[in-house]
Amino acid sequence: MEKRFMKGCEAIAEAAVRGGCRFFAGYPITPQNEIPEYLSWRLPEVGGAFVQGESEVASINMVYGAAATGKRALTSSSGPGISLKAEGISYLASAQLPAVIVNISRGGPGLGSIQPAQSDYLQATKALGHGGFRAMVFAPATLQEAVDLTYNAWEYAERDRGPVLILMDGCLGAIMEEVELPPMKELKIENTEDWDLSRANGRTDAHMITPILPEPALEMLNRAKGMVYNMMWPMDAKAEEYMLDDAEYVVVAYGIAARVAKEAINELRAKGVKIGMIRPITLYPFPKSIENLDYSKVKGIIDIEMTIPAQMRDDIELQVKGRCPVHEYGRSGGMLLDDEGVYNAIAEITGGGN
Amino acid sequence: MPEYKRPSSLMPMATGYCPGCMHALATRLVADVIDELNQADNAINVVSVGCSALNLYSWHGDVIGAAHGRAPAVATGIKRCLPERLVFTYQGDGDLAAIGLAEIMSAANRGENFTVVFANNQTYGMTGGQMAPTTLIGQKTTTTRFGRDPQTTGYPLKMCELISVLEAPVFVARYALNSPKGVSDAKKGIKKAFEMQLAGKGFTFVELLTNCPTNWGMSPLDTLEYMNTNTIPYFQPGVYKDAEAAK
Amino acid sequence: MITINSMMCKGCGYCIKFCPKHILEMGKERSEKGHFYPVNINTDACTSCAICALMCPEAAIEVAAKN
Repeated sequence: MEKRFMKGCEAIAEAAVRGGCRFFAGYPITPQNEIPEYLSWRLPEVGGAFVQGESEVASINMVYGAAATGKRALTSSSGPGISLKAEGISYLASAQLPAVIVNISRGGPGLGSIQPAQSDYLQATKALGHGGFRAMVFAPATLQEAVDLTYNAWEYAERDRGPVLILMDGCLGAIMEEVELPPMKELKIENTEDWDLSRANGRTDAHMITPILPEPALEMLNRAKGMVYNMMWPMDAKAEEYMLDDAEYVVVAYGIAARVAKEAINELRAKGVKIGMIRPITLYPFPKSIENLDYSKVKGIIDIEMTIPAQMRDDIELQVKGRCPVHEYGRSGGMLLDDEGVYNAIAEITGGGN
Repeated sequence: MPEYKRPSSLMPMATGYCPGCMHALATRLVADVIDELNQADNAINVVSVGCSALNLYSWHGDVIGAAHGRAPAVATGIKRCLPERLVFTYQGDGDLAAIGLAEIMSAANRGENFTVVFANNQTYGMTGGQMAPTTLIGQKTTTTRFGRDPQTTGYPLKMCELISVLEAPVFVARYALNSPKGVSDAKKGIKKAFEMQLAGKGFTFVELLTNCPTNWGMSPLDTLEYMNTNTIPYFQPGVYKDAEAAK
Repeated sequence: MITINSMMCKGCGYCIKFCPKHILEMGKERSEKGHFYPVNINTDACTSCAICALMCPEAAIEVAAKN
């Protein structure tokens, strides 16, 4: 495998190309600009198309069109732009078109700030658009993980025929790390038949792709999707479990927050505090790891997020079911989590490490 | 002597449009031209929101529904991925000239190589006849009960005029569908736009002045004369830009 | 020669208005869908000019060449 030292946004862009992405449309917004900038020259190299849309709304709808041709399509943005894309993401879900959306998230609400934050958890997992659909949400914590998740994101999008979201904060988008780049994927076209307006798969009959359906058909579609969300997706849930065996305190954190928390956990462990961590890699489906903890040992859960108030907390509480206290610590508005702050917050909650 | 056969790109049933609705006529004209150009298997109809969405159910050919106003963006995505296909959007005036103004102007300005068929009936038909960006001054709608007042609602948007000032578009024309001459010219215009697209020339825009008997509160036959005395004087038919003629 | 498909016709009357030979008039019977539809009252005068078909929103009229 090829190793390269890359910036987060560019690593995602290159992984997308290698994962088969051949269309990108997007609109400039900090802190994700390196994704469109990279793809503006990279996609034409591999016979793909890049369009700088006139807005996020237009861009997601260009992706909707491109996805309908059987091509793997991508768009990226940050919080304010993802809000605008909500329309198109909902239409992708309704028309059952596969596409990947990247959110390099920043401080909110509103125009918020351009500095990194994890303030879009609820938008990503609960309400990516109107109408009650769900999208799988991947949350990498390293650039290698970002590469691997992006590389395979279309497989999920195409299997389940809908949008897939990669949620990564602006820190990870901006840092540089060494990544192993997987090889270019050979794409199959035969499995695109149901949504592909091209005739590449040999189809000769007329084809309709529609975001509007007669009521009974729409209910049937929603029922089928509900089965997929509730029965199939839990099997795709992923989490990293760290030092849980004897843990009396369990940190739950994803993305950059998990990286900062891990440093604190290592220091606290060195001082004898029995603490571990669950790091969800899929935010939706939300992994069941918290539910299965041994609550005869666990004295507390600490939800650490780079947003205030904590947004993942509801999902955590649904699994804790009152069996131990749930604490939260975070920074917000583009103010970053730092080692000292996280260490002190955990130390205070656990009463150890001082 | 001429013959006429029902075009193959229409489903073998009546449309969902009201009696005398020129949306149906406009759709049929597009289907006629597609048959004449032998493009039935190559065409992709990008349908928008409003009464134009009824096209989804009457079109027998590759068709995709777009969000309100976004058909030019969806068509951009399709055409960039499938440049050999004949791609066109079918949009109404609320869709194209209000909520989709950014998408239509930007697609036109990029010179996207697809065709826009724009049915302008000066009202939001599907939602029950509210004021559209193209509603005429003084025209009564459900949101302009005493007639459109330019003091508070501005003036009807002239899309052909707007688009023809852009550099990129290669063909911009407006036709009225209330007479055999207008319909015949419109058919020729659509054909020319499609031929230019197939030749890779660039963005083509055909506006069709249509009616809405239901929301105008008139019989289909009465709308024909109304168009002569009200619509056509404001929205002048004609070819606004033709890159081939200029050479 | 023209054929009017009463299943498609919605009775708008455009064909009647624009027929240059005035050979069509609105019939007295309703179609299955409840619309009155035009009938050809003077077949011999039809020149197969196809203006009726050109103006028909529903493509309910087909025209055969005149022998």
